Amino acid sequence: MPALEDLYREIILDHYRTPRNRGELDPPAIKAEGHNPLCGDDITIYLSMSGEGDDAIIEDIKVGGQGCSISQSSASMMSQSIKGKTVAENRALARRFKSLMGIAGAEPHDGDDAIDLGDLEALEGVMKFPVRIKCAVLSWNTFLQALDTGGGTTSTE
Amino acid sequence: MAFDQTSVRKDFPILSREIDGKPLVYLDSGNTSQKPQRVIDAMSHFQEHTYAPINRSSYRLAGEATDAYEKGRVAIARLINAPSVDEVVFTKNATESMNLISQAWGRANLGEGDIVVLTEMEHHANIVPWQMLAQERKIQIRWVPLTADGQLDVTNLDNLLDGAKVFSFTAMSNVLGTITPIAMLCERAKAAGALSIVDACQFVPHNVTDVQSWGADLVVFSSHKMCGPSGIGMLWGRMEILDAMPPFLGGGNMIDTVTFDGFTTAPVPMKFEAGTPPIIEAVGLAAAVEYLEEIGLENIRQHEMELSRYTLDTLKGRFGDDIKIYGPDDVELRGGVFSFAFRDLHPHDVSQVLDERNVCVRAGHHCAKPLMKTLGVNATTRASIYLYNDTADIDALADGLDSATDIFGI
Repeated sequence: MPALEDLYREIILDHYRTPRNRGELDPPAIKAEGHNPLCGDDITIYLSMSGEGDDAIIEDIKVGGQGCSISQSSASMMSQSIKGKTVAENRALARRFKSLMGIAGAEPHDGDDAIDLGDLEALEGVMKFPVRIKCAVLSWNTFLQALDTGGGTTSTE
Repeated sequence: MAFDQTSVRKDFPILSREIDGKPLVYLDSGNTSQKPQRVIDAMSHFQEHTYAPINRSSYRLAGEATDAYEKGRVAIARLINAPSVDEVVFTKNATESMNLISQAWGRANLGEGDIVVLTEMEHHANIVPWQMLAQERKIQIRWVPLTADGQLDVTNLDNLLDGAKVFSFTAMSNVLGTITPIAMLCERAKAAGALSIVDACQFVPHNVTDVQSWGADLVVFSSHKMCGPSGIGMLWGRMEILDAMPPFLGGGNMIDTVTFDGFTTAPVPMKFEAGTPPIIEAVGLAAAVEYLEEIGLENIRQHEMELSRYTLDTLKGRFGDDIKIYGPDDVELRGGVFSFAFRDLHPHDVSQVLDERNVCVRAGHHCAKPLMKTLGVNATTRASIYLYNDTADIDALADGLDSATDIFGI
């Protein structure tokens, strides 16, 4: 079995103990919910955006819900990474992250490799613990759900 | 036969497996149990020597296979003290047994406004089949609440049962470990004119079961939690109830005759066993029942009560207020299922750390999401024991929890 240190890196534990951007945003902020029916974890993403279409900018993000260290730290890191970026940039970031997690169908586009994942790189070790990949990706899928439908609910299953 | 822990452990070959050079500590028997060598051997031997279709062909081998399959039914009837072997129906699992009841009995007897009473400690198998009927035909569901220590709060039971047509409840909670007052609950259902259905999945593998002394109408349970193979479950019911029920699944084996105009059904139990049943599994199940009977269900219960006391004392002694174990503290009132919250750690993380030490526990909602809501949590970590567990397994669990503290620094 891979070492637990590969999974629980210090940066991950830091985000778990001190999650960034926790809270809620009032309407008209977009609200999307995601849950993992296997473990009961849930996550809520609030997005405040300006502009239109792919050029719209994520002005603010808040994260709510409960989950394990991996889902919580992943959500915390994601909230830091996407803030201030455009929708197009964030979609590319999501592709890059999901491909890091080995998610089928997350075909990279040209230039994705150059995207700097920052702290998110620390989640690479999750790949060695396949049952935890869903935990790491839940916040991203919820974020994409928010972008695609302007809210609603998504599930890992 | 006296209970000999060392010899019992040796009966289960998987328990001698090591992963990364460390022994396996299997504490997930509430989920599914491990299999003794004789169950594995019985299934292999049957396939090597006797396997053939049952109930259809006239050659001798098919007759032998049919007899072997029916031996499983005889074993189950004996195990639960059923008045008649024919009252034992084989299904795929206990969940299918419950769906059989809700679809066959429920559709024949329940309509808009009819009341089904469940308890807040049910798992999804005893919730969703009724909710499906509620969606389909607007039956109403009432819930028996829980006390603070995770027992059924029966103070208002008669009011809840007033006018009810069904009272379906667990004999032992898969989350809290709570053993319910089964005979009393069946009696109260009967007094209210309601059908009593007992979900005995967690109970039968660990206790002496007597469906007649319970006074139950219908009982469901599964093979894979009682040292038998997966893929076969049981429904026991009083013959007059089974006999009056329409069939569930249609097909071969369950018919008396079929014409272009229609069909007539075979008698119980075949009426409910459409298609080729789990033949090999019934053979393994018979071996599992014989094994449990040799050890003695009363000895297994005694062993588990002692180990439950050790588990509660060890975890509370070592971790004090840092661990919250749900369900009753009195081992007379509970089985060996221990759901707990440990410090502020998420059950997934607890289970991950324990897995590094080959300690197998379940983390999650245990297919009892409404109960999780009652408890005010999203998930718990659950350790569950069986006859092959010993104090060393519990010590390994406690040591693993200590190491979780080190990693997360909480």
